[in-house]
Amino acid sequence: MKFGVVVFPGTWSDRDCGWVVDQVLGAELTYLWHRDTDLKGCDCVILPGGFAYGDYLRTGAIARFAPVMEQIGEFADRGGLVWGICNGFQVLCEAGLLPGALIRNASLEFRCEWTNLLVERTDLPFTSQCAERDVIRVPIAHGEGSYFADPATLSRLEQRGQVVFRYCGSDGRVVPGANPNGSLHNIAGIVNARGNVLGMMPHPERCSEAELGGTDGLKLFRSVADNALKVLVS
Amino acid sequence: MSVKSVDERRLREVALTPDEYRVIVEQLKRAPNEVELGMLGVLWSEHCSYKSSKALLRRLPSTGPAVLQGPGENAGAVSIGEGWAVVFKIESHNHPSAIEPYQGAATGVGGIIRDVIAMGARPIALLDSLRFGPLPESGRHFEGVVAGIGGYGNCMGIPTVGGEIYFEDCYANNPLVNAMCVGLVRTDQLMRARAEGVGNSILLVGADTGRDGIHGASFASVELDENSSERRPAVQVGNPFLEKCLLEACMDLSHTDAVVAIQDLGAAGLTSAVAECAGRVDGAGARIDVGRVPRRERGMTPYDVMLSESQERMLVVVQRGREREVESIFHAWDLTSAVIGEVTDDGQLTVFDSRDQVARLPVRLLTDGAPMRRLVGVAPEPPLDLVVDALPPLADAGATLLRLLASPNLSSRRGVFRRYDHMVGDATVVPPGGDAAMLRVKGTRLGLAMTADCNARYCHLDPHLGAQLAVAEAARNIIATGARPIAVTDCLNLANPDRPEVYWELEETVAGLSYACRAMELPIVSGNVSLYNDSNGESAIYPTPVVGMVGVIDDYAKRVGAGFRADGDFVLLIGSSHNDLGGSEYLKVEHGYVAGRPPSLDLAREQAVNRVVLAAAQSGYLHSAHDCAEGGMLVALAECSLLGSVGVRCPAIRPESPLRLDAAFFGESPSRYVVSVPSRAMPEMQSLARRHHVELSLLGLTGGDTLEFEGQFKLSLGELRQAWEAMLS
Repeated sequence: MKFGVVVFPGTWSDRDCGWVVDQVLGAELTYLWHRDTDLKGCDCVILPGGFAYGDYLRTGAIARFAPVMEQIGEFADRGGLVWGICNGFQVLCEAGLLPGALIRNASLEFRCEWTNLLVERTDLPFTSQCAERDVIRVPIAHGEGSYFADPATLSRLEQRGQVVFRYCGSDGRVVPGANPNGSLHNIAGIVNARGNVLGMMPHPERCSEAELGGTDGLKLFRSVADNALKVLVS
Repeated sequence: MSVKSVDERRLREVALTPDEYRVIVEQLKRAPNEVELGMLGVLWSEHCSYKSSKALLRRLPSTGPAVLQGPGENAGAVSIGEGWAVVFKIESHNHPSAIEPYQGAATGVGGIIRDVIAMGARPIALLDSLRFGPLPESGRHFEGVVAGIGGYGNCMGIPTVGGEIYFEDCYANNPLVNAMCVGLVRTDQLMRARAEGVGNSILLVGADTGRDGIHGASFASVELDENSSERRPAVQVGNPFLEKCLLEACMDLSHTDAVVAIQDLGAAGLTSAVAECAGRVDGAGARIDVGRVPRRERGMTPYDVMLSESQERMLVVVQRGREREVESIFHAWDLTSAVIGEVTDDGQLTVFDSRDQVARLPVRLLTDGAPMRRLVGVAPEPPLDLVVDALPPLADAGATLLRLLASPNLSSRRGVFRRYDHMVGDATVVPPGGDAAMLRVKGTRLGLAMTADCNARYCHLDPHLGAQLAVAEAARNIIATGARPIAVTDCLNLANPDRPEVYWELEETVAGLSYACRAMELPIVSGNVSLYNDSNGESAIYPTPVVGMVGVIDDYAKRVGAGFRADGDFVLLIGSSHNDLGGSEYLKVEHGYVAGRPPSLDLAREQAVNRVVLAAAQSGYLHSAHDCAEGGMLVALAECSLLGSVGVRCPAIRPESPLRLDAAFFGESPSRYVVSVPSRAMPEMQSLARRHHVELSLLGLTGGDTLEFEGQFKLSLGELRQAWEAMLS
């Protein structure tokens, strides 16, 4: 099992994701440079958080053109596991690997705080270690994390069960007060129709050790580690 | 050559006095040309030369067994064990933030990060000590500064974990923005910015050079006035993305041994960076060619290039012949680099524009030539006396507590720190909101606690005592987490020292800092002085010596938080209370004035109390610990409840004469902590307190969802939280 963590100029969660993969999970780790044209045999590619290329234009708008993204697109087409976290989610949306877009938080401010997420899919390689309708505590840290999609896309996502995580109260109720950024339908994370490309705004790599305030994020890393070898990459 | 030959207006532009010009001409035995005059002007500015404060600063203690680098480098460094050193410094960006709050604060953060990078260290945390005039009038400053700090720090991927915010009338025209950066480096990889080795190459890396920030250092060395907004070009614009790339490239430099030195380009730009680097080595000089400096715009003169304060630039001294090895590291991050000169041994800074020599000045004249100013301090009128007995008795402690919690200086800062990424790095084990923040040192069990503190109201009332109290409070914040304070960085913010009462404040401040740091064996390893924080000759700020402090805990599993953790714990007040209402928040909020003497401080007793708390933390007795500061014991108690979402029930307080009830609740006697311990630890706590001759009083028991003093008042945590979080949410 080998994780590849992508590094664009301006990425900063690369080291945190790498730390969890290598030091907490004990899995094999390699960093993928934005100019790389080969994925070095990774079983799962993580696009981590940060401000790729500064994100001065629109989040993820320049990163999608990086050479490594072409390989990641092909990898995803073949069924490989691609996991976008925070800025990585934004990049996946810009690259067309996931539908919709992340726009400015409704508060118009950056938000770094703990959120509760209702896990709505546990049949995915990313969430198999979560219980049915599990509520997990995962922090966010973003200024542009409000999920947006046109009504048709949104209803398609809902009908096909592609919403994986929703912001909720600690009791699991999906209520407006639990929504930290104005995301439509409280959406915190979605998966593509095939189930191998996940995008999420919250940071599971920040809650994989008790001393950091929680270990729910580790459930996701463990799920991937358990399943990656079972995933059929054509 | 007489002074007459140079236009006096020109001298004012470069902020040199006729006397200083005379010294320059004497030393050079000729008149300086335009470029040289500009270079001397910025380096002889107060901001760079410390000509008004240097003599005083020498009194500060700066050595200790763990100190690896004291003042004089880009930042200080202290060994923390297991081969690691902590590198840290605090710096002001007050004037730019007054004019252009967002960019002023952002570039303040950017600058202090580069100081830490220059030591070879990876920045791991940021803190910010901020002061504004009252809201809503100072909303533009407040909003812009907070957004600027977040905008830069968040983009860099360095967590902002602490700091302080105060609102006070005296900062309305002169907000204070002090940024502190903490980094980590292996002790054997600690860098120093010394231009060693004749013939070694000088590289300029990072951003291209533009016209921004010219004369920024001089601008920082005069009072603000109605024309200050015209100085907006003297405020630089930050590019955190570029700095992030610069950071990673500089970290990659540790893969090669070709690098001799790294130096930040900050105030006074290239002039200062080259002069300082050469100035640290006896007899060293440098020859540079401004024609080779990559530029952002056309038509820049050598003067512009030498004085530009464009951000995100570093100077790197590289062994001759190995330039390409180093340049390839910067190119991998798409950063520009250029060899702009070389190290010499002639003691001169010689500047060429291609083939033409445009400046040649002795390095020593630039770095140490500014005549020290001999200023005279005169104590001002003593502040308003406070006759405590004349104060009306406390009517309703509960209502007073709610008003204090809702007051600008005591309300919850959550609304601010959630706008900063305080978690990136996976190291924040005590988040902001309590006393000090703590970060773990990955790969070890070590924890690093950090804080920045100053109660400037105390300093206004008594600068000597106020400075001591700032040191003591910072130390208590560190100790409340279970860590041991190890060293200090200071940022002295004062008004115009040409006024005798301000210079007196500076003298007293330095003396107080020195006294407290010596008593507590805390070396000051880095720092910054920001003077002229007044406008139009009036509205001087309170003397504000911000104390940045770092502490170490051997095993961060033993860290202690500020919030109550469990029901049924004993809540104890460690330390003794007196009628310390002078300069208190209670006096300001409830009675509307700032008066009296600050609380008296007995450093021996302070140390005894600290030893009790540290020993209790080390033994694992403490479920929580929180320093009693502004607002006194009752505000501290309310904060413990709110942070832990656990109530507390206490028997009524009936203080013994002469202690007044208002002072028992809201007095600000130092050397006190509110702690909670499980009942089984009580005997040990009592014997610890006895052994150190420290007063220990049982306040009550944790539990429920109210804060109650039986028969005196009872408030729900909901009411308290509403009051506490209303202001900055």
